[in-house]
Amino acid sequence: MVPLSYYLILAAILFVIGVAGFLFKRNIVTIFMSVELMLNAVNLTFVSLSYSLRQLDGQIFVFFVMVVAAAEATIGLAIIITVFRNRESLNVDRIDLMKL
Amino acid sequence: MYQALFFLFAASAVGFAINLLIQRHPIHSALSLIGVMGSLASLYLMLGAEFLAVVQVIVYAGAVMVLFVFVIMLLNADKEEPSDRSKMAKYLGLPLLFLLLAMITVVIYRQFPEDAMVQFGDFPGQTAAIGRLLFRDFLLPFEVISILILIAIIGAIVLAKKEP
Repeated sequence: MVPLSYYLILAAILFVIGVAGFLFKRNIVTIFMSVELMLNAVNLTFVSLSYSLRQLDGQIFVFFVMVVAAAEATIGLAIIITVFRNRESLNVDRIDLMKL
Repeated sequence: MYQALFFLFAASAVGFAINLLIQRHPIHSALSLIGVMGSLASLYLMLGAEFLAVVQVIVYAGAVMVLFVFVIMLLNADKEEPSDRSKMAKYLGLPLLFLLLAMITVVIYRQFPEDAMVQFGDFPGQTAAIGRLLFRDFLLPFEVISILILIAIIGAIVLAKKEP
């Protein structure tokens, strides 16, 4: 048996690591992966609270979050491919202007 | 037993996440992220969410991460070079992150005192109930999200298409 707060704190730790990746990484693909990590941490919170409240709505919500994350990954990676084709770089420090 | 399994998967999730942070090559980060997702799938299983555990492995660790690895290899991404652009993130980022973690932890301890325990088998997997909920109460969001997926497919093709 494990207290529910352990699950929530684990999710908080994962979320903070995702924020750290978002802040410190310079590769645009890795930054995108940090966003996915944050989404996963929030999903863990949803599932553990769904367990705690004995309600399935939280799991349904996680399902929708997963679908939206899949769509977001598709679009985001397509944008990354387009950006790379125009700038020949994946470093976010070099992609800080809208014009070429 | 349950406690040991929880700490095993929690430690592996945090370890893989930190490995994602410290690896310099994106493909190593992607493999670490797959590890995080696998550990999270096991934790979902322990919380009685079997359907979500399987979806996590198939959709996240499978489809989404294959897309990531595919793009990394397609773009031939190499090690990221360290930059000195964001001084603020470098020096102010870490203390603020610990502050954020401390605040979340305090709120969780205030909201959820120790008496709420999680036990395996207390809330057994209800895949049939999820399906019933999804196709009855949440039918409209379900249909809307299928349109979202369609738009995402079309958008990805339009964006990634080579311009003439």
